[in-house]
Amino acid sequence: MKKDQFILSAIVNNHFGVLTRVSGLFARRGYNIDSLNVGVTENPKYSRMTIIVTGDEYVKEQIVRQLAKLHDVKKVQIMPDDNTVKREHLLIKIKASSERRAEINTAVSIFRGQVVDFHTDSMTVEMTGEPSKVDAFINYCEDFGILELCRSGALAVIRGEESLSIDEEDNE
Amino acid sequence: MKLTGAQIIVETLIEQGCDTVFGYPGGAVLVIYDELYKNSDRIRHIITAHEQGAAHAADGYARVTGKVGVCIATSGPGATNLVTGIANAYLDSTPLVAITGNVPLSLLGRDSFQEVDIAGITMPITKHNYIVKDVRDLANVIREAFKIAKSGRPGPVLIDIPRDVQAASCDFERADVVNKFPYPKTNKQSVEEAVELINSSKRPYIYSGGGVVLADAGETVLELAKKIDAPIGCSMMGLSAISADYKGMLGMTGMHGTYHASRAKQEADLIIAVGVRFSDRATGNISKYSKNAKIIHIDVDSAEIDKNVTTYLGILGNLNDVVKAITDKVEPRQNPEWFAEIEKMKEHAKTPDDYKTKLVPRTIIEKVQEYTTPDTAVATDVGQHQMWTAQYYKFRNPRTFATSGGLGTMGFGMGAAIGSCIGRGEKKTVLFTGDGSFGMNLNELATATSYNLPLVIVVMNNKVLGMVRQWQSLFYGKRYSNTTLNRKTDFVKLAEAFGATGLRATTVEELDKALETAFEIDTPVLIDCHIEMDEMVLPMIPPGGSIDDIIIK
Repeated sequence: MKKDQFILSAIVNNHFGVLTRVSGLFARRGYNIDSLNVGVTENPKYSRMTIIVTGDEYVKEQIVRQLAKLHDVKKVQIMPDDNTVKREHLLIKIKASSERRAEINTAVSIFRGQVVDFHTDSMTVEMTGEPSKVDAFINYCEDFGILELCRSGALAVIRGEESLSIDEEDNE
Repeated sequence: MKLTGAQIIVETLIEQGCDTVFGYPGGAVLVIYDELYKNSDRIRHIITAHEQGAAHAADGYARVTGKVGVCIATSGPGATNLVTGIANAYLDSTPLVAITGNVPLSLLGRDSFQEVDIAGITMPITKHNYIVKDVRDLANVIREAFKIAKSGRPGPVLIDIPRDVQAASCDFERADVVNKFPYPKTNKQSVEEAVELINSSKRPYIYSGGGVVLADAGETVLELAKKIDAPIGCSMMGLSAISADYKGMLGMTGMHGTYHASRAKQEADLIIAVGVRFSDRATGNISKYSKNAKIIHIDVDSAEIDKNVTTYLGILGNLNDVVKAITDKVEPRQNPEWFAEIEKMKEHAKTPDDYKTKLVPRTIIEKVQEYTTPDTAVATDVGQHQMWTAQYYKFRNPRTFATSGGLGTMGFGMGAAIGSCIGRGEKKTVLFTGDGSFGMNLNELATATSYNLPLVIVVMNNKVLGMVRQWQSLFYGKRYSNTTLNRKTDFVKLAEAFGATGLRATTVEELDKALETAFEIDTPVLIDCHIEMDEMVLPMIPPGGSIDDIIIK
């Protein structure tokens, strides 16, 4: 992650329109979303959003407070950089001529990826890791020729017992 | 008890303490209007000339009564006509519930006749909004909408209800009036810190804003001011919360505020800002803004703290409780030297009082004040007349001022004044407006006369868009692009055509006579006051400037 990037986690109502509300807030206040991931939580009433944002201290403070004002946002937190497990998933399709396959295979195994599809001239690799590791792998693949790639955006949880989950009582 | 969606709407509105709604019927709300018809003895519906008027009326009603304003419109154009009114309420934090009908569920998303995605459109200008797709959710959605509208920093909530959901039925159980969400918790230590800061300050200054009106905290703030002998400057939205009779009341600060209110704020060593949001119109150039002062910012909305101005100490919570807690602990004191300095500031910007014999804006406002009581409500439109009202009218009672602050909506005045009249029964409301603003929504004269409202409309008619002209005069080389209206409209005849009384004033004597008549009758009166087109609103701190750039003459 870049120096002025931070990860924001939010527990939101699992409704239609909530994603628009959140992304609309970012857009109209001029804050940049670098990646956004959303999925349902252990409680189907709520979804969890993990958003990577670029911004200074001012943006950091404001975005948390503005998000917290949305009725559909139940909890919001900036993830502590040094105490957070971060993972991102990558699917990447690389040009794979027969001469370079061995080289690619080595790289995939060093980065602990997996080949999930294989064609005469291409290979699709999946890989999971910290966003910085995903960056590094993509960088390395450029030399082979990237046909397409998609990244999931980061997921993040705090280490230890602390959690963002909602206590039903404190939400009434 | 099994009820239809429309019945649930009416029952839940009544249950939540709403006895008046403003609106305009149409295809997608026919079922609701049928229920309003059947329940007209329990809930009053005010039909305006245009949905925008209904939204502004609900807004004005909420401002003067402190209740949640409610407006209803049909789908499509009915709903979009509410948009300016909703945005206006959002920027001034007025509690409002807007109900719109929509096409039946099966037609949603197909660009059906009179279909718009009003929930999508109003997302950035509401605290929250809903599309109700199941009648079983309806009652609770309405309750929650009231709760959100009035909790914390108030604001508008929109509920979009497809036509078939209004017609479907389900079980209904009555509930109580919803409570507000709890206020944000106040950090006790920051209260202590505030007390320390106040005790050790030499030139304390209270900056009171619209939040003080919304929280009905005027008395509380005044108590603090008296105990620590501090002057009070208001943002425009803060006017009326604290009586102009307090000796330390300096009036409005900001772009068109009084010289001494803005100068004293600049010279203060401590600013206690209560319920303000430091808008650009109020601060001017942020980098030069009150550099010498530490700022304590007390607000209910955490996002306001450090948003526009970096504060020394932010305190969250219910304004009334926080200010009371500070007042209890702070040491009583007198600041004669500080007030002597302020007196000097007042002298500095003193203008001669030879205006009184001429029909100039200040004379008009002060004349009107002679006929009103402290309890008379005042509404304005937007522009020069609005600033003159804020500068010269002496507000004494809370919630007697309805003006469009954040959005600056020309055309707000008629709707707001109607809402004010409806909210205050027999008591008079005065609307100060200009020929430009009035021209935008003068159709609402029809509403005012239909309901025989006790409304006095004072049109400051200079035949130009005065505020824009002023900027063109000062900053655009007197190139009066599209601001010289010179319309042929005869406002006196126009008023009469609508069924109101129309009067004209070109001299102070004529104004006196007109006001005498206007305050004798209980139905709408319009007074067309002719003023010079080059009257300016002064003082003025140019946009992006500071108190040192102020134009006084």
